[in-house]
Amino acid sequence: MKQLRNASFPVLLLLILVVTLALFRLPVVDSLKLLFAGSFGDQYGWSRTAVKSTPLLLTGLGMVVAWRGGMYNIGGEGQFIVGGLCGAAVAKWCVFSAHPLPVGLGTALILTACVLGGAGYAWLAGWLYIRRGVEVVISTILLNFIALQVLGYACSGPLQEVKKQVPLSDALPDTWMLHKLNRQMDVHSGVFMALGVALAVYVLLFRTKLGYKIRLVGENARMARANRLDVDRSRLTAIVLSGALCGFAGGIEYMGMAGQVGAGFSQQWGFLGIPVALLGGLHPLICLGSATVFGALFAGSENLARFTQAGATLVYVIQAVTVLGYVGIKAVSDRRVVQEAG
Amino acid sequence: MEFISLLSYTAPIGLAAIGEVLVQRAGVINIGLEGSMLTAAFFGMLASLATHNPWIGLFAALLSGLVFTLIFGFFTIKLAADQVVVGTATNLLALGLTGSLFRSRFGTTSQLISVPRIPSWGGFDPLMILMLLSVPVVWFLLQKTGWGLAVRACGEYPKAADASGYSVNSIRFQALMIGGLFAGLAGAYLSLVIAGSFAENMTAGRGFVAIAMVTFGRWKPHFAFLAALLIGYAVSLQYKFQTYGSNIPYQLMIALPYVVALLVLVVVGKGSSAPGALAQPYRKDK
Repeated sequence: MKQLRNASFPVLLLLILVVTLALFRLPVVDSLKLLFAGSFGDQYGWSRTAVKSTPLLLTGLGMVVAWRGGMYNIGGEGQFIVGGLCGAAVAKWCVFSAHPLPVGLGTALILTACVLGGAGYAWLAGWLYIRRGVEVVISTILLNFIALQVLGYACSGPLQEVKKQVPLSDALPDTWMLHKLNRQMDVHSGVFMALGVALAVYVLLFRTKLGYKIRLVGENARMARANRLDVDRSRLTAIVLSGALCGFAGGIEYMGMAGQVGAGFSQQWGFLGIPVALLGGLHPLICLGSATVFGALFAGSENLARFTQAGATLVYVIQAVTVLGYVGIKAVSDRRVVQEAG
Repeated sequence: MEFISLLSYTAPIGLAAIGEVLVQRAGVINIGLEGSMLTAAFFGMLASLATHNPWIGLFAALLSGLVFTLIFGFFTIKLAADQVVVGTATNLLALGLTGSLFRSRFGTTSQLISVPRIPSWGGFDPLMILMLLSVPVVWFLLQKTGWGLAVRACGEYPKAADASGYSVNSIRFQALMIGGLFAGLAGAYLSLVIAGSFAENMTAGRGFVAIAMVTFGRWKPHFAFLAALLIGYAVSLQYKFQTYGSNIPYQLMIALPYVVALLVLVVVGKGSSAPGALAQPYRKDK
């Protein structure tokens, strides 16, 4: 049954893709060709897919850690934004001052700030849950909206670019952007960092004591408590790590692609980490696959502009329906397993 | 006058929250509330635009709020899937669906579309009256009727409801459907009363604020309404500060209702009045 479920996923996705395109009255075959050409057609396509998949992978990994630990973090978006914001704030000090720091040291500082920012913002939600019983789902969502407004304020206030003309922070000079393999393509060193992080999250969750504790608490808090595990502490660790990953995603987006932050800094990247994590079976390595698929859809959807202006929002529909389809298949097959066993 | 404008700031969250009280008392958290509101706002606008009749718009909003909530119900009640997972997915679906339809119909340029609005008399509109009436009605339904008792049993201890011959899942479906209609009203209020238009993601988290207000309102319709009034007040402040030319940045004023919602949750905590079986799917065989 499990094999069937995993095998059915690509078929399901393709089916949903075709149906969605048809429902929006787009020429199905041509659209599919364009989607494919834009995402895997040539080296530029691959490169676009890689950079779109990177924030998805990192926020997806963030969701994996939190959800495995029993913390429904929906706040990837806020943590992503706060990460980018902290990065831009540190950059203001170490890049755009009279005496800029050396690039290597500065980059390390900026990325650290992003990670700490995201982690701190997630810690807030974790603390609210443990100390005040505020549901993580609700608090993280509210924190997303607060982060978005703070971002809007910061980039038209204290972090606004020097000329004070547009609501954006100063653009990082080219030398400060993450290293690119080829100047013509988007692929930057952040893509490879994200791959490394995926491996690290896998090792953490499945090969260390800490990861085991996080998973145990997530699966059965009562049993964990009976075994004298510090449940609260493990939950807090899970959500803080999750926030750190989302903040890092914000940092990579800032230093790899955007170069500056503004109100449109996050294209729902934090939020879209949730479908990536769910369809990745909450497993860090399978998430590599789901992030690539969705990254490819986003990369290819830019090509659809010829037929429709809906582009990226169509991908939301496809993602959402895929998650629902996956959940549905899982629920039905779980029930069948129960019935067969009973 | 002051009070009427306060009510109008309150209505989208108040309507959604009153419906959500009923849903949560039956043991379901409709995380997809935001999506139901957004879909309702969109289709309400579309129908009003197509027919030049805001009442047909309202009907379309109610219908789409209902249908969208039923999708959530199918997965969470019928298939007993996780409510957070499904709710997250339906919210994303609503965002993508309304966004795609809106863009493919009106383009990405932010041209202002204007549709016939639901009439109001001196700021007093029929949905506002409906909201005020629904507070005692929902209270009466929950506390004084046999059906309400069944709803509360499904939320507190579904096995007991089952044992006394109620079908837990149908009761939950019924509560969810009423919640869907309220979500439809809340969405219609945004597009057909306040804006007379639609913008992508125009609900902007109001559904989640409504869920937070249900917790703050201790799962009681009258307290949830009062909690929504508090948010309405926070929203009204942001316009007041703008007119007085205060130098508080406007983004921080927009964030105020969310901050207030979060702070009240911090102050009241979870407490013990939450329905006992909240967010737990019910299966007979277990």
